[in-house]
Amino acid sequence: MAVEKHPAGTSPGGGYALTTLDSMIAWGRKYSIYPFTFATACCGIEVMGAFGTHYDLSRFGAEVVRFSPRQADMLLVAGTINYKMAPVLVRIYEQMLEPKWVVAMGACASSGGFYNNYTVLQGIDKVIPVDVYIPGCPPNPEGIIDAVVALQKLMETGAPRASERWPIKI
Amino acid sequence: MTEPRQSIVLSKLVEKFGDAVVSTHSDFGDDTALVRREKIVEICTFLRDDPDCRFDFGMDLTGVDYLGEVPRFEVVYHLYSLDKKQRVRIKVRLHEEDPAIDSVATVWPGLNWYEREAFDMYGIVFRNHPNLKRILLYEAFVGHPLRKDYPKAKRQPTMGPQE
Repeated sequence: MAVEKHPAGTSPGGGYALTTLDSMIAWGRKYSIYPFTFATACCGIEVMGAFGTHYDLSRFGAEVVRFSPRQADMLLVAGTINYKMAPVLVRIYEQMLEPKWVVAMGACASSGGFYNNYTVLQGIDKVIPVDVYIPGCPPNPEGIIDAVVALQKLMETGAPRASERWPIKI
Repeated sequence: MTEPRQSIVLSKLVEKFGDAVVSTHSDFGDDTALVRREKIVEICTFLRDDPDCRFDFGMDLTGVDYLGEVPRFEVVYHLYSLDKKQRVRIKVRLHEEDPAIDSVATVWPGLNWYEREAFDMYGIVFRNHPNLKRILLYEAFVGHPLRKDYPKAKRQPTMGPQE
């Protein structure tokens, strides 16, 4: 809990109340992730497995799938994104309210996978910022749980979101 | 050796169109005719309407790129007769300089989208087609990706959100 992390007198700079509020919000936020699944390929089946009773993603507070991007704060891109689909994905990302996080699930969403051809986007980070990548083709449901836990860590520590350092300049 | 099967469809085709049929064969039981492009609509209409043929179902139409050969392109029609339960394959070769052929979308309306796909992927122009534009790729795409000389690693500009 927030109060235990910052006992009285140890908070630097005297920003006691503000820091506590931030971590309080972060604590609430990390256990109430509203995912929006953008499933275009076989990864979507694994997402269903992760939300199902066996793996039960609701244990991590991320069970209420929102089918409107305006109500979601985690975009789970599960599957191959081609050039024709890219504008749709960007539009959906833009419709989500801040703060928002993006998970690229599987080889296709992360890098294009083995579709090295004229039609497939070579990773969704070409068009939108990505916070967490899940390796695998497709990843198993444990991979999704791992990504949600990683996202919870990002929320808890207040690490900068990928959208804050977008676009990436190399 | 068994005697090659005489196909009624192919013999009628040769009898009716003569020089327009370049060659025929029935290898492995697949009746195939290579024809000239000028007569394709007449040939397809004949195959659809003739009482011995009755190819009322245009099953498939696709392009082939034989890069390095002359003529370079080929259009393949697969026809099926629901009535007679028979099939025939029609092929047409097209030169690289003028890869154009008359559309058979008027003969079999179902081949409309197949012709658009062949146009999209190979750049084969189907004359008199009611709506010849890209079907799978987006309008801003440059080139025809299934041509064998299309660079594998070529990337098209990424589209932005469309208004």
